[in-house]
Amino acid sequence: MNKLLKNIIRFILFILVQVFVLFQVKPLHQFIVPYLYFLYILWLPFNTPRAGLALVGFAFGLSLDYFTKTPGLHAAACTLIAYLRPFLINILIRQEGAELNYRSPSITSMGLTPYATYIFILTFIHNGYLVFLEWLDFGTFSYFIGKVLATTGVSMLLIFVVELLFFRKEKFRTNTA
Amino acid sequence: MRNIFLFIRRYFNFLFFLVLQIIALSFLFRYNKFHEAAFMGVANEITGRVGAQYSNVEYYFHLKKTNEALASQNETLLNALKDNIQSPDTASIFVKDTLSFDSLGNNARKYIWRLARVVNKSVSLQNNYLTIHRGEKQGVTKDMGVTGPDGAVGIVVNTSENFAVVMTILNRRSSISAKLKRTGEITKIHWDGDSPEFVTMTNLPVSVPVAKGDSVITSGYSLAFPPGILIGTIDEVVKDPASNFYRLKVKTATNFYNVEYVYVVDNMQAEEQKKLEEATRRNQ
Repeated sequence: MNKLLKNIIRFILFILVQVFVLFQVKPLHQFIVPYLYFLYILWLPFNTPRAGLALVGFAFGLSLDYFTKTPGLHAAACTLIAYLRPFLINILIRQEGAELNYRSPSITSMGLTPYATYIFILTFIHNGYLVFLEWLDFGTFSYFIGKVLATTGVSMLLIFVVELLFFRKEKFRTNTA
Repeated sequence: MRNIFLFIRRYFNFLFFLVLQIIALSFLFRYNKFHEAAFMGVANEITGRVGAQYSNVEYYFHLKKTNEALASQNETLLNALKDNIQSPDTASIFVKDTLSFDSLGNNARKYIWRLARVVNKSVSLQNNYLTIHRGEKQGVTKDMGVTGPDGAVGIVVNTSENFAVVMTILNRRSSISAKLKRTGEITKIHWDGDSPEFVTMTNLPVSVPVAKGDSVITSGYSLAFPPGILIGTIDEVVKDPASNFYRLKVKTATNFYNVEYVYVVDNMQAEEQKKLEEATRRNQ
């Protein structure tokens, strides 16, 4: 399937799943909010230009914001992780040129440990920034710390399940192909 | 000049990121204060339409509970009819005034109730909102109260042509004037973000006798709600040892998980009251 078309469908699916499935789940505790939607940004192809990444992150976050009626909240967090993404990939990539041989970040293209680290750091930053912006508005310090840890845990669990369920086959690309 | 251009080109990505970040944050802080944001009207129409499609499907799963809620509300309304009262003593007359016009021909009606369908809602966030399929074209404006078949739901904060966004009482910014039905004390109700089934009532002095199960109703002091709409019942009474006030845990009357139909309450005398109160405040 066309790469652009695939990413557009993914964009819509992630937003709809987050709004109509994950946000509708009865919360076990006020800290436990299942955030998964930002995985879209982590899955974007390696060769997306950096300015493009930030712009896509902004548009993606803002579309979710219009559903949750918090304009700017998720957009700010998504723009931040979209901006930090290339730096992290540069540090974590296993060998020289892996970002040329594979399309997008995954276990196959980056290796399990680097990929897990990549996911964990960006999840933590995303949730931390999101809850920090909420905390500016209301809540106590224990609310901030508790919610960052709880949402990060839940997000990691959800991403783990999604990676198992929807295993993305990554073809090795060479110059000759 | 050349150096400036070079600088911009060198750090274009970072500057672009900063610009987007500033736009996002300005959106957020502006919305926190005024509930307004760019493209919010258009976005309401689109997200509302998507939500309407989804709720058409989801509606069937809540059908039974929706029916029960509407039926029990019908029962209450039927019991309030004047035909229910008949005395064997012909000397006593029962008068229930239903005239909406006074002797001078002025319309004395204060509240109009309008039905609306809920098309999108959230309960798991810290600031929860409902979207209803009724907007400016159908007579919904900002600051109107919204009630469900079981009790108070929230206040309209944003409208577009065919949809309106309601800030529910499960919102950190929500604060509703409430009254204890039994003793008549008036305080405020807000939400501490913990459980979508409970709201908190504070600032009630410990001298007031309260018991578990007491009803909490709207006070009629707010312009949005008519008096006497049930907000919830007291579930737990906690005495705050630091102050002389109770901290009451109130179970909400409305079950926000399956609210399907709501009524938008239009207070027709709100404009006049608001104008008078604002003028008084300005003069002092």
